Amino acid sequence: MTGLLIALIVIVVMVVVIAGSLVAMYNGLVTLRNEVKNAWAQIDVQLKRRHDLIPNLVETARGYMQHERGTLEAVTQARNVAQAARSSAGGAASPEAAKAEQALTTALGQFLVTVERYPDLKANQNFLALQEELASTENKIGFARQFYNDQVMQYNTRIQSVPANVLAGMFHFEPMDLFELKAEEERAVPLVKF
Amino acid sequence: MWEQIRANRRRSVIMVTVIAAILLALGYVIGLYFDPDSGAWFGVAAGVVVLVVLWTVAAVGGADILLDSANAREIRHDDAAQLFNIVEEMTIASGLPKTPRVFIIDTDAPNAFSVGTPEKSAVAVTSGLLMHLNRDELEGVIGHEIGHIRNQDTRFMTLAGIMMGAIILISYVFSRVAFYSGPGQRRSSSRGAGNAQAILFLVAILLAILAPIVAQLFYFACSRRREYMADASSATFTRYPEGLASALEKIERSAGLMTGVNRAVAPMYVVNPLEASGPSGLFSTHPPTADRVRILRSMAGAGLAAYEKAYSSVQGAALLGSATLSQAAEVQARPPSAEAEKEPLQKARETVDLLHQANGLLFVPCACGLKIKAPPSFAGATIRCPRCGAENAVPPPALLLKVQ
Repeated sequence: MTGLLIALIVIVVMVVVIAGSLVAMYNGLVTLRNEVKNAWAQIDVQLKRRHDLIPNLVETARGYMQHERGTLEAVTQARNVAQAARSSAGGAASPEAAKAEQALTTALGQFLVTVERYPDLKANQNFLALQEELASTENKIGFARQFYNDQVMQYNTRIQSVPANVLAGMFHFEPMDLFELKAEEERAVPLVKF
Repeated sequence: MWEQIRANRRRSVIMVTVIAAILLALGYVIGLYFDPDSGAWFGVAAGVVVLVVLWTVAAVGGADILLDSANAREIRHDDAAQLFNIVEEMTIASGLPKTPRVFIIDTDAPNAFSVGTPEKSAVAVTSGLLMHLNRDELEGVIGHEIGHIRNQDTRFMTLAGIMMGAIILISYVFSRVAFYSGPGQRRSSSRGAGNAQAILFLVAILLAILAPIVAQLFYFACSRRREYMADASSATFTRYPEGLASALEKIERSAGLMTGVNRAVAPMYVVNPLEASGPSGLFSTHPPTADRVRILRSMAGAGLAAYEKAYSSVQGAALLGSATLSQAAEVQARPPSAEAEKEPLQKARETVDLLHQANGLLFVPCACGLKIKAPPSFAGATIRCPRCGAENAVPPPALLLKVQ
């Protein structure tokens, strides 16, 4: 009789432990997925900030750069395209938006090379401050991307490895894409760092 | 990454528990010493009360007390835009839920420390740090500080530091009292068990002497390990270990210059301002800077795995658990940012400008390149440039953007 009782207790304890660890595993997956989503939101915030900064920068530069209308127009144009792509993507990751952002980065790089020819503009405190803000925003986009990719990597590893993969398959935890730029495009970014 | 934080937190809880246990054991023995019949539990109860009071103080006002004692004053974004931006950048890179508040300490010696929990934290840097470091180096140092906050070091070190202070104080007072007054009711209460009493007496004295030493050894060992882990975090955030390495060298060179440093805050700086440079002993809060620099410089990439490899080749032991490393991806270091090393004179000017700024002076750039400084009452007026004589309008303060 006591043997049966002990066996029963052991079984109950095992069931409780297994159920508990399944719940913990599921909750862990949900937490990870939310962290990934949150990390993407960070990138989006910084992209928006960049779009907001550029009109100010162009306005400040306009007074000094009468003969560079083309460069300024190119930046404004690229910024508008990127903003449109961003709002049509509705805060989600999209290849068009990434491409538009890349074009904007290139246009900004050309603009900042041109600025080198205007010492008056470079001495303008307003412009310098905007330039620091823009440089920092570029860095923040980079760091947000880095954090996002780290999170995605961790999430993907988790949902593909035993034993979480069983649970992930049952509750449709899909692997997510990394946010990546091509190698040669990546090299264009340091142009905007000062 | 999260595995590492969890492991770190587990170690922190163990550390706090051990130090708390030492405090309670001390209370037990002291109580037993004064009254063998019922004193022991009274001593433990007193220890619990002391612990609760200390924890409350640490939780409510610990960060502010430490910042105050370091004479740190809070700054806003416009006071030092670059510093502020770097703090924000590192916040994003580390995934901290909230940007720390930023404080400045007016001293020439470069150094930095941080306090608080991930939800409510602060980073303090000296004006000397802003003067001596370039952007990459500053980023490395801020990354180290944010690493401490993210790894929850700051939360537990504040707590452990306060408890250690209490243990040292109690042991000191007890050993004085025991020495001068001798055991109180011990002799009168039981004559028969003289031997046991004598042993108890010895144990009490021994524990009173050993408790602070054991607690400190424990605390310092944890502290040194945390410094390495914060270095590893900084390298991962910035993807540029060289920035922190060269910053550490610069800070080490003038670490002794810092005056008026509170002993309780000293272990929290990126390089301990009170410890002379040299070999690190059992009682050092920080590992030798030369070792830290050598590890950072010998990293093959910028990830945790690269740091672990460099650490074990220099120290001959493991730092991070294998569970953390199995999650860590291979990470490439990035090239240095394009900002060239600034001329020392230019940096000195920028920092002096920052201090002027803090005093409310306005800056008006003139077309000839001179930066005119004007008292705040000149806002909206026109001033003549002392070098070229051109008239310059002083805009209202809101439009003036501060020193870059």
